[in-house]
Amino acid sequence: MSTHGTFSAESLKTDVEHEVERICTKLRTILKEDLKRRGIVIGVSGGIDSSVTAALAVRALGKDRVFALEMPERHSAGETETLSSMIIEHLGVPSEHRNITGILEAVGFYQLYDDAVRMVIPEYGKGWKSKIVTSSVFENNGFNLPSLVAQSESGCTIKKRLPLTPYLHIVAATNFKQRIRKMIEYYHADRLHYAVAGTPNRLEYDQGFFVKLGDGAADIKPIAHLYKSQVYQLAEYLGIPEEIRRRPPTTDTYSLSQEQDEFYFSLPYRSMDLCLLGKNSSVPPEELAALLDFNVEQVQKTYREIDNKRSTTRYLHLPPLLVQEVPEVSVK
Amino acid sequence: MTMHKTKETIRKYIVENFLFGEEEGLKDDTSLLEKKIIDSTGILELVAFLEREFSIRVSDEELVPENLDSIDNMHQYLLTKKMPPVDCSSAGTWIAI
Repeated sequence: MSTHGTFSAESLKTDVEHEVERICTKLRTILKEDLKRRGIVIGVSGGIDSSVTAALAVRALGKDRVFALEMPERHSAGETETLSSMIIEHLGVPSEHRNITGILEAVGFYQLYDDAVRMVIPEYGKGWKSKIVTSSVFENNGFNLPSLVAQSESGCTIKKRLPLTPYLHIVAATNFKQRIRKMIEYYHADRLHYAVAGTPNRLEYDQGFFVKLGDGAADIKPIAHLYKSQVYQLAEYLGIPEEIRRRPPTTDTYSLSQEQDEFYFSLPYRSMDLCLLGKNSSVPPEELAALLDFNVEQVQKTYREIDNKRSTTRYLHLPPLLVQEVPEVSVK
Repeated sequence: MTMHKTKETIRKYIVENFLFGEEEGLKDDTSLLEKKIIDSTGILELVAFLEREFSIRVSDEELVPENLDSIDNMHQYLLTKKMPPVDCSSAGTWIAI
Protein backbone atom coordinates (compact mmCIF):
# COMPACT_ATOMS: atom_id res chain seq x y z
CA MET A 1 0.00 0.00 0.00
CA SER A 2 1.34 3.42 -0.84
CA THR A 3 2.34 6.14 1.50
CA HIS A 4 1.21 9.54 0.53
CA GLY A 5 3.41 11.55 -1.75
CA THR A 6 3.62 8.58 -4.12
CA PHE A 7 -0.08 7.95 -4.37
CA SER A 8 -1.31 6.71 -7.74
CA ALA A 9 -3.61 4.16 -9.34
CA GLU A 10 -0.73 1.71 -8.84
CA SER A 11 -1.29 2.02 -5.10
CA LEU A 12 -4.14 -0.46 -5.48
CA LYS A 13 -1.85 -3.09 -7.01
CA THR A 14 -1.55 -6.12 -4.84
CA ASP A 15 0.79 -9.13 -4.89
CA VAL A 16 -1.93 -11.51 -6.04
CA GLU A 17 -0.02 -14.73 -5.59
CA HIS A 18 0.89 -13.89 -2.03
CA GLU A 19 -2.58 -12.58 -1.26
CA VAL A 20 -4.31 -15.69 -2.57
CA GLU A 21 -2.07 -17.94 -0.48
CA ARG A 22 -2.61 -15.78 2.59
CA ILE A 23 -6.42 -15.90 2.23
CA CYS A 24 -6.46 -19.65 1.59
CA THR A 25 -4.29 -20.38 4.63
CA LYS A 26 -6.50 -18.17 6.79
CA LEU A 27 -9.67 -19.82 5.46
CA ARG A 28 -8.41 -23.24 6.48
CA THR A 29 -7.30 -21.99 9.89
CA ILE A 30 -10.62 -20.28 10.63
CA LEU A 31 -12.65 -23.31 9.58
CA LYS A 32 -10.49 -25.62 11.64
CA GLU A 33 -9.92 -23.57 14.78
CA ASP A 34 -12.83 -21.14 15.08
CA LEU A 35 -15.80 -22.40 13.13
CA LYS A 36 -15.19 -26.16 13.35
CA ARG A 37 -16.96 -26.68 10.02
CA ARG A 38 -15.95 -28.94 7.13
CA GLY A 39 -16.52 -26.74 4.11
CA ILE A 40 -18.03 -23.58 2.64
CA VAL A 41 -21.50 -22.73 1.33
CA ILE A 42 -21.64 -19.76 -0.97
CA GLY A 43 -24.37 -18.03 -2.93
CA VAL A 44 -23.14 -17.17 -6.42
CA SER A 45 -24.65 -14.36 -8.45
CA GLY A 46 -22.38 -14.44 -11.47
CA GLY A 47 -20.73 -11.27 -10.15
CA ILE A 48 -17.04 -10.79 -9.57
CA ASP A 49 -17.12 -10.91 -5.75
CA SER A 50 -18.97 -14.19 -5.30
CA SER A 51 -16.98 -15.76 -8.15
CA VAL A 52 -13.65 -14.84 -6.58
CA THR A 53 -14.80 -15.93 -3.12
CA ALA A 54 -15.92 -19.30 -4.51
CA ALA A 55 -12.66 -19.74 -6.40
CA LEU A 56 -10.67 -18.97 -3.23
CA ALA A 57 -12.73 -21.50 -1.27
CA VAL A 58 -12.06 -24.16 -3.90
CA ARG A 59 -8.36 -23.37 -3.84
CA ALA A 60 -8.25 -23.50 -0.04
CA LEU A 61 -10.42 -26.57 0.55
CA GLY A 62 -10.85 -28.45 -2.71
CA LYS A 63 -13.96 -28.37 -4.89
CA ASP A 64 -15.72 -31.16 -3.00
CA ARG A 65 -15.83 -29.04 0.15
CA VAL A 66 -17.55 -26.09 -1.51
CA PHE A 67 -21.31 -25.97 -2.15
CA ALA A 68 -22.60 -23.25 -4.47
CA LEU A 69 -26.14 -21.92 -4.63
CA GLU A 70 -27.80 -20.09 -7.51
CA MET A 71 -30.87 -18.24 -6.21
CA PRO A 72 -32.41 -16.06 -8.92
CA GLU A 73 -35.91 -14.60 -8.75
CA ARG A 74 -38.38 -12.94 -11.09
CA HIS A 75 -36.46 -9.66 -11.27
CA SER A 76 -32.98 -11.13 -11.71
CA ALA A 77 -31.17 -10.14 -14.88
CA GLY A 78 -30.93 -12.81 -17.56
CA GLU A 79 -27.16 -12.78 -17.42
CA THR A 80 -27.23 -13.54 -13.69
CA GLU A 81 -28.28 -17.13 -14.36
CA THR A 82 -25.94 -17.49 -17.32
CA LEU A 83 -22.91 -16.26 -15.39
CA SER A 84 -23.66 -18.00 -12.10
CA SER A 85 -23.99 -21.29 -13.99
CA MET A 86 -20.76 -20.48 -15.78
CA ILE A 87 -18.72 -20.05 -12.58
CA ILE A 88 -20.20 -23.23 -11.08
CA GLU A 89 -19.29 -25.21 -14.16
CA HIS A 90 -15.87 -23.56 -14.33
CA LEU A 91 -15.08 -24.48 -10.72
CA GLY A 92 -16.72 -27.90 -10.91
CA VAL A 93 -18.33 -27.59 -7.49
CA PRO A 94 -21.50 -29.31 -6.21
CA SER A 95 -24.41 -26.90 -6.48
CA GLU A 96 -28.13 -26.32 -6.37
CA HIS A 97 -30.31 -24.01 -8.45
CA ARG A 98 -33.17 -22.67 -6.35
CA ASN A 99 -35.43 -20.00 -7.82
CA ILE A 100 -36.75 -17.96 -4.87
CA THR A 101 -39.69 -16.32 -6.70
CA GLY A 102 -42.17 -18.68 -5.03
CA ILE A 103 -40.85 -17.88 -1.55
CA LEU A 104 -40.95 -14.16 -2.29
CA GLU A 105 -44.55 -14.53 -3.45
CA ALA A 106 -45.40 -16.46 -0.29
CA VAL A 107 -44.13 -13.66 1.96
CA GLY A 108 -45.95 -11.11 -0.17
CA PHE A 109 -42.84 -9.37 -1.46
CA TYR A 110 -44.02 -8.47 -4.96
CA GLN A 111 -47.34 -7.06 -3.69
CA LEU A 112 -45.65 -5.14 -0.85
CA TYR A 113 -43.08 -3.69 -3.25
CA ASP A 114 -45.64 -2.63 -5.86
CA ASP A 115 -47.89 -1.10 -3.18
CA ALA A 116 -44.94 0.94 -1.86
CA VAL A 117 -44.04 2.16 -5.35
CA ARG A 118 -47.66 3.15 -5.98
CA MET A 119 -47.51 5.52 -2.99
CA VAL A 120 -45.24 7.62 -5.22
CA ILE A 121 -46.29 6.61 -8.74
CA PRO A 122 -49.98 5.61 -8.63
CA GLU A 123 -50.02 4.42 -12.26
CA TYR A 124 -47.29 1.81 -11.54
CA GLY A 125 -48.68 -1.53 -12.62
CA LYS A 126 -48.26 -4.67 -14.67
CA GLY A 127 -45.26 -4.60 -16.96
CA TRP A 128 -43.62 -1.64 -15.21
CA LYS A 129 -40.10 -1.86 -13.83
CA SER A 130 -38.38 0.28 -11.23
CA LYS A 131 -35.29 0.96 -9.18
CA ILE A 132 -33.96 3.31 -6.52
CA VAL A 133 -31.19 5.75 -7.49
CA THR A 134 -29.26 8.49 -5.73
CA SER A 135 -27.67 11.48 -7.37
CA SER A 136 -23.94 11.63 -7.98
CA VAL A 137 -21.99 12.97 -5.04
CA PHE A 138 -20.99 15.89 -7.33
CA GLU A 139 -24.42 16.71 -8.75
CA ASN A 140 -25.64 18.91 -5.94
CA ASN A 141 -24.49 20.69 -2.81
CA GLY A 142 -27.04 19.07 -0.59
CA PHE A 143 -27.95 15.65 0.68
CA ASN A 144 -27.84 12.59 -1.55
CA LEU A 145 -31.38 11.41 -1.07
CA PRO A 146 -33.03 8.52 -2.89
CA SER A 147 -35.28 8.79 -5.93
CA LEU A 148 -37.47 6.21 -7.56
CA VAL A 149 -37.13 5.58 -11.29
CA ALA A 150 -40.00 3.70 -12.91
CA GLN A 151 -40.41 2.64 -16.51
CA SER A 152 -43.70 1.66 -18.12
CA GLU A 153 -44.04 -1.19 -20.57
CA SER A 154 -44.03 1.35 -23.41
CA GLY A 155 -40.69 2.75 -22.20
CA CYS A 156 -42.00 5.92 -20.54
CA THR A 157 -39.70 6.75 -17.61
CA ILE A 158 -40.67 8.67 -14.46
CA LYS A 159 -38.27 9.80 -11.75
CA LYS A 160 -39.57 11.03 -8.39
CA ARG A 161 -37.93 11.81 -5.08
CA LEU A 162 -38.78 9.20 -2.47
CA PRO A 163 -40.47 10.43 0.69
CA LEU A 164 -39.76 8.65 3.96
CA THR A 165 -42.60 6.12 4.14
CA PRO A 166 -42.44 4.66 0.61
CA TYR A 167 -38.64 4.63 0.81
CA LEU A 168 -38.69 2.58 4.02
CA HIS A 169 -41.38 0.27 2.67
CA ILE A 170 -39.47 -0.38 -0.57
CA VAL A 171 -36.22 -1.10 1.25
CA ALA A 172 -37.94 -3.29 3.85
CA ALA A 173 -39.65 -5.35 1.15
CA THR A 174 -36.55 -5.63 -1.03
CA ASN A 175 -34.48 -6.87 1.90
CA PHE A 176 -36.58 -10.04 1.82
CA LYS A 177 -34.48 -11.10 -1.19
CA GLN A 178 -31.15 -11.09 0.60
CA ARG A 179 -32.60 -12.57 3.78
CA ILE A 180 -34.34 -15.42 2.00
CA ARG A 181 -31.15 -16.25 0.12
CA LYS A 182 -29.23 -16.32 3.39
CA MET A 183 -31.85 -18.55 5.00
CA ILE A 184 -31.33 -21.08 2.19
CA GLU A 185 -27.55 -20.81 2.48
CA TYR A 186 -27.75 -21.65 6.17
CA TYR A 187 -30.09 -24.56 5.49
CA HIS A 188 -27.39 -26.13 3.35
CA ALA A 189 -24.63 -25.12 5.77
CA ASP A 190 -26.45 -26.89 8.59
CA ARG A 191 -27.20 -29.90 6.42
CA LEU A 192 -23.58 -30.28 5.33
CA HIS A 193 -21.96 -29.02 8.54
CA TYR A 194 -20.33 -26.25 6.49
CA ALA A 195 -19.79 -22.54 7.16
CA VAL A 196 -21.36 -19.74 5.09
CA ALA A 197 -19.08 -17.37 3.22
CA GLY A 198 -20.08 -13.74 2.71
CA THR A 199 -18.80 -11.98 -0.38
CA PRO A 200 -18.44 -8.25 0.33
CA ASN A 201 -15.40 -6.44 -0.99
CA ARG A 202 -13.88 -3.62 1.04
CA LEU A 203 -15.99 -0.85 -0.50
CA GLU A 204 -19.17 -2.70 0.35
CA TYR A 205 -18.00 -3.75 3.81
CA ASP A 206 -16.62 -0.34 4.80
CA GLN A 207 -19.55 1.65 3.41
CA GLY A 208 -22.24 -0.67 4.72
CA PHE A 209 -23.59 -1.79 1.37
CA PHE A 210 -25.30 -4.91 2.63
CA VAL A 211 -28.49 -6.05 4.30
CA LYS A 212 -28.23 -6.84 7.99
CA LEU A 213 -29.00 -10.53 8.46
CA GLY A 214 -29.18 -10.77 4.67
CA ASP A 215 -26.06 -10.72 2.55
CA GLY A 216 -24.33 -9.18 5.59
CA ALA A 217 -24.74 -12.44 7.51
CA ALA A 218 -21.92 -14.95 7.19
CA ASP A 219 -19.42 -16.96 9.19
CA ILE A 220 -16.47 -15.72 7.18
CA LYS A 221 -15.92 -12.86 4.71
CA PRO A 222 -12.73 -13.76 2.83
CA ILE A 223 -12.40 -10.66 0.61
CA ALA A 224 -13.79 -7.94 2.90
CA HIS A 225 -10.31 -6.40 3.20
CA LEU A 226 -9.78 -6.12 -0.58
CA TYR A 227 -10.63 -3.06 -2.62
CA LYS A 228 -12.83 -3.83 -5.62
CA SER A 229 -9.92 -3.21 -8.01
CA GLN A 230 -7.91 -5.80 -6.10
CA VAL A 231 -10.77 -8.32 -6.37
CA TYR A 232 -10.50 -7.93 -10.16
CA GLN A 233 -6.74 -8.54 -9.92
CA LEU A 234 -7.36 -11.75 -8.00
CA ALA A 235 -10.07 -12.73 -10.50
CA GLU A 236 -7.58 -12.58 -13.34
CA TYR A 237 -4.97 -14.55 -11.39
CA LEU A 238 -7.56 -17.18 -10.41
CA GLY A 239 -8.72 -17.56 -14.01
CA ILE A 240 -12.29 -16.37 -13.50
CA PRO A 241 -14.01 -16.42 -16.93
CA GLU A 242 -13.67 -13.17 -18.83
CA GLU A 243 -17.46 -12.73 -19.23
CA ILE A 244 -17.72 -12.46 -15.44
CA ARG A 245 -14.74 -10.13 -15.17
CA ARG A 246 -16.23 -7.84 -17.84
CA ARG A 247 -19.68 -7.58 -16.24
CA PRO A 248 -20.29 -4.09 -14.75
CA PRO A 249 -20.93 -4.19 -10.99
CA THR A 250 -24.67 -4.43 -10.49
CA THR A 251 -26.94 -4.81 -7.51
CA ASP A 252 -29.28 -7.13 -9.47
CA THR A 253 -31.91 -6.37 -6.87
CA TYR A 254 -34.47 -4.23 -8.69
CA SER A 255 -36.54 -5.00 -11.78
CA LEU A 256 -34.86 -2.14 -13.68
CA SER A 257 -31.16 -2.65 -14.27
CA GLN A 258 -29.19 -0.82 -11.59
CA GLU A 259 -25.45 -0.35 -11.45
CA GLN A 260 -23.86 0.12 -8.03
CA ASP A 261 -22.62 3.65 -8.74
CA GLU A 262 -26.14 4.98 -9.32
CA PHE A 263 -27.50 3.50 -6.12
CA TYR A 264 -24.91 3.55 -3.44
CA PHE A 265 -21.41 4.70 -4.17
CA SER A 266 -22.26 7.58 -6.54
CA LEU A 267 -18.89 7.12 -8.29
CA PRO A 268 -17.48 4.32 -10.48
CA TYR A 269 -15.71 1.73 -8.38
CA ARG A 270 -12.21 2.60 -9.63
CA SER A 271 -12.63 6.18 -8.42
CA MET A 272 -14.34 5.06 -5.20
CA ASP A 273 -11.47 2.64 -4.50
CA LEU A 274 -8.93 5.43 -4.88
CA CYS A 275 -10.96 7.81 -2.75
CA LEU A 276 -11.36 5.22 0.02
CA LEU A 277 -7.70 4.20 -0.10
CA GLY A 278 -6.71 7.88 -0.28
CA LYS A 279 -8.78 8.72 2.76
CA ASN A 280 -7.52 5.67 4.67
CA SER A 281 -3.93 6.64 3.81
CA SER A 282 -4.46 10.32 4.70
CA VAL A 283 -3.73 11.45 1.13
CA PRO A 284 -4.36 15.22 0.90
CA PRO A 285 -7.45 16.05 -1.22
CA GLU A 286 -5.27 18.20 -3.52
CA GLU A 287 -3.12 15.20 -4.44
CA LEU A 288 -6.08 12.90 -5.05
CA ALA A 289 -7.90 15.59 -7.04
CA ALA A 290 -4.97 15.83 -9.45
CA LEU A 291 -4.87 12.06 -9.88
CA LEU A 292 -8.62 11.67 -10.50
CA ASP A 293 -9.09 14.88 -12.48
CA PHE A 294 -11.58 16.08 -9.87
CA ASN A 295 -11.50 19.45 -8.17
CA VAL A 296 -10.45 19.64 -4.53
CA GLU A 297 -13.98 20.34 -3.30
CA GLN A 298 -15.21 17.18 -5.00
CA VAL A 299 -12.62 15.05 -3.21
CA GLN A 300 -13.40 16.75 0.08
CA LYS A 301 -17.08 16.03 -0.47
CA THR A 302 -16.32 12.39 -1.24
CA TYR A 303 -14.21 12.10 1.91
CA ARG A 304 -17.12 13.54 3.92
CA GLU A 305 -19.56 11.18 2.21
CA ILE A 306 -17.37 8.20 3.18
CA ASP A 307 -17.57 9.31 6.81
CA ASN A 308 -21.32 9.88 6.52
CA LYS A 309 -21.88 6.38 5.21
CA ARG A 310 -19.67 4.86 7.93
CA SER A 311 -21.71 6.67 10.53
CA THR A 312 -25.09 5.90 8.98
CA THR A 313 -24.38 2.20 8.49
CA ARG A 314 -22.61 1.53 11.80
CA TYR A 315 -25.82 -0.15 12.94
CA LEU A 316 -25.40 -2.79 10.25
CA HIS A 317 -22.05 -3.90 11.65
CA LEU A 318 -23.18 -4.10 15.26
CA PRO A 319 -23.90 -7.48 16.81
CA PRO A 320 -26.86 -7.71 19.20
CA LEU A 321 -25.94 -5.36 22.04
CA LEU A 322 -26.18 -6.35 25.68
CA VAL A 323 -26.94 -4.13 28.64
CA GLN A 324 -24.21 -5.95 30.51
CA GLU A 325 -21.44 -8.15 29.18
CA VAL A 326 -21.68 -11.86 29.88
CA PRO A 327 -17.97 -12.58 30.23
CA GLU A 328 -18.29 -16.34 30.25
CA VAL A 329 -19.34 -16.38 26.59
CA SER A 330 -17.86 -13.15 25.26
CA VAL A 331 -16.20 -13.50 21.88
CA LYS A 332 -13.42 -11.12 20.97
CA MET B 1 -47.28 30.79 14.41
CA THR B 2 -44.77 32.93 16.31
CA MET B 3 -41.01 32.56 15.91
CA HIS B 4 -40.77 31.10 19.41
CA LYS B 5 -43.61 28.68 18.76
CA THR B 6 -42.08 27.50 15.49
CA LYS B 7 -38.72 26.77 17.08
CA GLU B 8 -40.38 24.99 19.99
CA THR B 9 -42.41 22.83 17.61
CA ILE B 10 -39.25 21.80 15.75
CA ARG B 11 -37.34 21.24 18.99
CA LYS B 12 -40.12 19.12 20.44
CA TYR B 13 -40.14 16.94 17.33
CA ILE B 14 -36.35 16.48 17.37
CA VAL B 15 -36.22 15.70 21.08
CA GLU B 16 -39.10 13.23 20.95
CA ASN B 17 -38.28 11.58 17.63
CA PHE B 18 -34.47 11.43 17.63
CA LEU B 19 -33.44 11.78 21.29
CA PHE B 20 -36.12 9.74 23.10
CA GLY B 21 -37.09 12.75 25.19
CA GLU B 22 -33.59 13.60 26.42
CA GLU B 23 -32.53 17.05 25.24
CA GLU B 24 -28.80 16.42 25.72
CA GLY B 25 -27.83 20.08 25.38
CA LEU B 26 -29.63 20.63 22.10
CA LYS B 27 -29.35 24.31 21.21
CA ASP B 28 -31.01 26.22 18.40
CA ASP B 29 -27.74 26.34 16.47
CA THR B 30 -26.61 22.75 17.19
CA SER B 31 -25.62 20.99 13.96
CA LEU B 32 -27.79 17.89 13.82
CA LEU B 33 -25.42 16.21 11.39
CA GLU B 34 -22.18 17.01 13.22
CA LYS B 35 -23.67 15.84 16.49
CA LYS B 36 -24.86 12.71 14.67
CA ILE B 37 -28.42 13.32 15.83
CA ILE B 38 -29.67 12.65 12.29
CA ASP B 39 -28.40 10.66 9.32
CA SER B 40 -29.69 10.39 5.77
CA THR B 41 -32.88 8.61 6.85
CA GLY B 42 -33.21 11.25 9.57
CA ILE B 43 -33.22 13.91 6.85
CA LEU B 44 -36.14 12.14 5.19
CA GLU B 45 -37.93 12.09 8.56
CA LEU B 46 -37.28 15.80 9.07
CA VAL B 47 -38.56 16.66 5.60
CA ALA B 48 -41.71 14.62 6.17
CA PHE B 49 -42.21 16.43 9.49
CA LEU B 50 -41.73 19.92 8.03
CA GLU B 51 -44.04 19.23 5.09
CA ARG B 52 -46.73 17.80 7.36
CA GLU B 53 -46.48 20.26 10.23
CA PHE B 54 -46.06 23.49 8.24
CA SER B 55 -47.97 22.56 5.09
CA ILE B 56 -45.06 23.23 2.77
CA ARG B 57 -43.38 21.34 -0.04
CA VAL B 58 -39.58 21.01 0.26
CA SER B 59 -38.11 21.09 -3.26
CA ASP B 60 -35.04 19.08 -4.31
CA GLU B 61 -32.94 22.26 -4.47
CA GLU B 62 -33.85 23.10 -0.88
CA LEU B 63 -32.48 19.83 0.51
CA VAL B 64 -29.28 21.40 1.79
CA PRO B 65 -27.73 21.64 5.26
CA GLU B 66 -28.25 25.41 5.21
CA ASN B 67 -32.00 24.74 5.44
CA LEU B 68 -32.16 21.63 7.59
CA ASP B 69 -29.09 21.18 9.78
CA SER B 70 -30.26 23.01 12.92
CA ILE B 71 -33.36 24.43 14.55
CA ASP B 72 -32.21 27.93 13.54
CA ASN B 73 -31.64 26.84 9.93
CA MET B 74 -35.06 25.22 9.70
CA HIS B 75 -36.69 28.29 11.18
CA GLN B 76 -34.95 30.59 8.69
CA TYR B 77 -35.90 28.25 5.88
CA LEU B 78 -39.54 28.23 6.96
CA LEU B 79 -39.50 32.03 6.97
CA THR B 80 -38.52 32.02 3.30
CA LYS B 81 -41.28 29.52 2.52
CA LYS B 82 -43.89 31.69 4.19
CA MET B 83 -42.66 35.00 2.76
CA PRO B 84 -44.57 36.37 -0.20
CA PRO B 85 -42.52 35.79 -3.34
CA VAL B 86 -42.88 39.35 -4.74
CA ASP B 87 -43.78 42.88 -3.72
CA CYS B 88 -44.86 42.74 -0.08
CA SER B 89 -47.10 45.79 -0.34
CA SER B 90 -49.34 44.06 -2.84
CA ALA B 91 -49.29 40.69 -1.18
CA GLY B 92 -52.14 39.35 0.89
CA THR B 93 -51.74 38.27 4.43
CA TRP B 94 -48.80 36.16 5.39
CA ILE B 95 -48.06 34.51 8.64
CA ALA B 96 -45.06 35.52 10.73
CA ILE B 97 -43.36 32.51 12.19
